[in-house]
This record gives sequence, C-alpha cells and structure tokens, in this order.
Amino acid sequence: MQAPLPLGSRPPVLRMSAVDKVFGADIVALKGMQLDVNQGDFISLLGPSGCGKSTALRLIAGLMTPTTGRIEWSGGTGQGDLGVVFQEPTLMPWTTVAKNVALPFRLRGKSGAEVADAIRNALDLVGLSGFENAYPRELSGGMKMRVSIARALVTNPRLILMDEPFAALDEITRFKLNNDLLDLKTKTGCTVIFVTHSVFESVFLSDRIVVMAARPGRVIRTLEVDEPYPRAEAFRTTPEYAAHCRAASDALHDAMGIAA
Amino acid sequence: MTIASDAPTPTMDSEELRRARLARIQLVAKWTLPVIVMALTLLAWHLYVTINEVPHYILPSPAMVFQTMFTDWGLLSAAAWVTTKLSLYALALAVIGGVALAVLFTQSKWAEMSFFPYAVILQVTPVIAVAPLIQIYVDSAFAAALICAWIVAFFPILSNTTIGLKSADHNLRDLFTIYGATRWQRLIFLDIPSALPFFLGGLKIAGGLALIGAVVAEFVIGRSGTGLGLASTLLEASYRYNFARLYAALFLISGLGIMIFAATSLISHLSLRKWHESALNRES
Ligand SMILES: Nc1ncnc2c1ncn2[C@@H]1O[C@H](COP(=O)(O)OP(=O)(O)OP(=O)(O)O)[C@@H](O)[C@H]1O
Ligand SMILES: [Mg+2]
Repeated sequence: MQAPLPLGSRPPVLRMSAVDKVFGADIVALKGMQLDVNQGDFISLLGPSGCGKSTALRLIAGLMTPTTGRIEWSGGTGQGDLGVVFQEPTLMPWTTVAKNVALPFRLRGKSGAEVADAIRNALDLVGLSGFENAYPRELSGGMKMRVSIARALVTNPRLILMDEPFAALDEITRFKLNNDLLDLKTKTGCTVIFVTHSVFESVFLSDRIVVMAARPGRVIRTLEVDEPYPRAEAFRTTPEYAAHCRAASDALHDAMGIAA
Repeated sequence: MTIASDAPTPTMDSEELRRARLARIQLVAKWTLPVIVMALTLLAWHLYVTINEVPHYILPSPAMVFQTMFTDWGLLSAAAWVTTKLSLYALALAVIGGVALAVLFTQSKWAEMSFFPYAVILQVTPVIAVAPLIQIYVDSAFAAALICAWIVAFFPILSNTTIGLKSADHNLRDLFTIYGATRWQRLIFLDIPSALPFFLGGLKIAGGLALIGAVVAEFVIGRSGTGLGLASTLLEASYRYNFARLYAALFLISGLGIMIFAATSLISHLSLRKWHESALNRES
C-alpha cells in the first residue's frame, strides 16, 4: 500500500492546455479545457449531458485530436499507458474472463508467467478470483463491470479513464462497486479520471471534482475534496461529506443554469 | 440466471413438478408428432392409391416407391453421391470465396466499390438463364453444374460475412485502438469473432441454396444425356413415366436437403453455444 502524497506534491502525469474540440462547423463540444492530472489523483468530471465529458476522455485516450490546444504527457512525447472503462462492460463475449483481462497484453504480444501473474492479481483485486474460465454471459452486470475494471488496471497503467462506468447498474451494486473502487485505488495508487452524473459518487470517490457546463462544453468550477483516503462507507454519513455534496450540487446547478 | 444472485434453495413444489412434466412431454412430442404425421400421410396415400386403383404411372403407392428405392439403389445411390458432391463442393467453394471476398471488401473500400456490384449482378441474374452459357464454355458437365451451384450459394455467405465483419462493438474497436492493435490483430481477435454468428447464419442459407443450385444445374445441364445426379435421374424418370423412381429420387433430394440443414445447424450450434445469445438455453 502506497501512502498517498499530499495534493500539492504529486508528480504530473498529463496536462491539457486550452483544448478546444469543434465537431463539424459549429458544434463546440469543448472550449478552453484546462486540466492537470497528477499521479495518484482521483478526478471526477461532473456535469449535465452534452457538456463534453466523454469528448475530454476520448481526447486524452488519443481517439481524437483537439481542434486547438495541447495534451501533453509528462516525461515523453507519446501517449502514456492507459486503461479504459466504458459505461458498458465492453467484454468480448466469445472468450473467457481471463482472456478478456489478458487483452492488453495479447495485443502487445506479451505472454508468459508475468502476464499470468498480472491477470491473477487483477482478478483478485476486483474480487473475481475463481472466475477465470467463466464466459461473460455467465456473470451479472456488476461482475462484468469488475472484469472490465480488471482489464483496465492489469497493465498497471499510468492513467485509468472511466466513462460513467456504474451508470447502468442498480444502486446497491453501484455502492458496492464505489467502495471496492476506492479500496482498489488505495491498494494500487492508480490515477483515475472518472466521468459521472452523480454528485454523491463524485464526492465519495474523488479528491478533485471538475464541474462542467454545456454549450459550449467547458469547466466552470473545480472543487477539492480534501478528505483522506482510505474512505470507509461511514464517510457517506459525515457532515463533511454532506457539505461537499452541497457544494458540488450548487456548482452543478450553476452549470445547468448557465447551460439552459 | 446469474452466478451472483443467491438462488433460493430449490424446493420442488407441485407447480414446479407440473412444469417439469410438461417440459418432458414437449420434448417427446417434438419428435413423435412429426413421425406420426408422416406415418398417417403415408397411410392415407397408400389407401388412396389401393382403394381407387390408381395406375402407377399416375401415382405410385408408397410401398412401390420404397421398393423402387431398393431395386434401383445402384443407380439412385450413384446419382445421390453426385448430387451430394456437387452441393458440398459448391458450399465449400462458396465459403472460401465468400469469406475471402468479404475480408477483402472490409479491408479495402476500393475493392468493395469495384467488385460488390458484380457480386450483386451474379446474385440477381437467375442461374437457370446462365447455366446454358456455362455449359457451352465448360466441357465437364460436373464442373459446369458446380459453377452454377456455387453462384447460387456464395452470395449469402459474402453478404452476411461482410456485415458481420463490420459489426464489432464500437467501444471494443476503440479499446483496440487505444491498445495499439495492428490491422491484423483487429481482424483476427475482433472482426472475425464478431462476424462468426453472421457467417453461420449465411452458411445455413447457403447450404440449402447449394442443393437448389445443384438441382437447377442438373436440370439444365444434365438433360443432354450426361446423367448427372438425382435431379437428372428425376427428370429422366419423368420422361419415361417411371413415377416410382421419380418419387424415390425426390425423397432422396429432400433427405439430402434435410441432412445439409441439420449439419449446418449443428456446426452453428457447436460454434456458438458457449457465448452467443442465439445458442443459449436459458431457464425461463
Ligand atoms: N463525433 C461527434 N460528432 C459530432 N458531435 C459530437 C460528436 N461527439 C460528441 N458530439 C457532441 O459534442 C457534445 C459533447 O458530447 P459528449 O459526448 O462529450 O457529452 P457528455 O458530457 O459525455 O454527455 P453524456 O453525459 O450524455 O455522456 C454534444 O453536444 C455532442 O452532441
Ligand atoms: Mg458521455
């Protein structure tokens, strides 16, 4: 378990500076996006539908290029090692859990004992030991999402992108996965950008909440949730939690007021 | 049906017992009912012919058809073997050609633009109109018939596989891009598995069409005394008013069709049963 560094002193991972993304002639999906991601950050992008959250993730993932502005990875020119979790589990139904998790290695031509260890370790972290040979269809929605998370972290990437990963799950499963995700963050010290519509989820999980507004998509406020990790379930009932939720909720209302 | 949900301990109450019994009865009925229908039809046919003393050159009795099946077995089995070979070779070539072209089309837009219209033309032109031409240019009657059957069988494979190769989940595609997959890896690990259910759907259709193509080709090409397969035999028997042999050949053609359908269905089921929705046995 790595002790999390205080907010100000973490080494940088990635910087987005003045990024605009325009689709077609006049759809401004993102305007002047500024974001510094440091090692060990858990950043939530919170905002109404259409404010460019997914667009920001796709830009970072290198699936699109910014219209103007720059996205720079620290310590190198190329794109860093990434893990991605989508809203759907996005598993290959024709193969087993272990082989799904092995995909990032397979595509890079890596195999062997180290890879097998990494896969076992990742499945262990998400609580799916023993399901190596199951097919996705044999799993519940929550378990499929766990496989997807295992696949994202199996390479021990510099950054994990999550686009509303729990939005399609029921609330009980969602809470459980929230807790487990925090556990996992504490154990691995991974860096995460997490897109969500939920104020509660963003406060519970993240140490920074980036609130965005739509038309044009932009950042309107950044809130810090300076509560130490690990955060237990009990955090959800503290006055601090309530205060952060109110602040985030107010910011979100502003965002929607501006957008409307 | 999930592993995660804590299933309540199964207690067989009367409702469940009733349902289980119903399922068992349905399973038996699935096989026995068609057999009973068949037996009744044959019986009605037999009675109709014997009571009305219908002459055998108008309608032979089923007993006579089966008798002919035995007495003419040498001729019929040789013909059946030719038709079987024709259909299976045509199907095999359709699979090879259809899949290869589909892969080419999805890898190169230019190839698709250039050749897809001709694949469509080949498909929409009635094979019966092309067969005489093929017969002129191809010496071997078997080869000419094979080409006809192939033309009919190949399009469903091509079109289904082409759609299938483009059907991969778009998020998975993005994931492959993010992990820096090569074109080859994308084809092998993503596009081909995604296309499998579509291909197998095409295979089932193509199996039936290969037989239809073979029969049509035999009618057109086998006419000039080349004595091809079952369909030629059937046609010849009709010229000679040998209706018992005609019916025997017809039954064999149907049997062959059923066997091809069963085989392609089995292949499809075995390839998909582990993962695809179409092949799952869900408990209701
Ligand atoms: N490929 C595209 N072509 C054209 N417009 C696009 C494209 N992708 C996104 N947009 C537009 O950009 C804007 C931002 O989209 P984006 O998907 O990033 O929003 P979002 O914040 O993720 O919304 P949601 O919460 O609904 O997922 C929207 O107006 C959307 O219509
Ligand atoms: Mg989105």
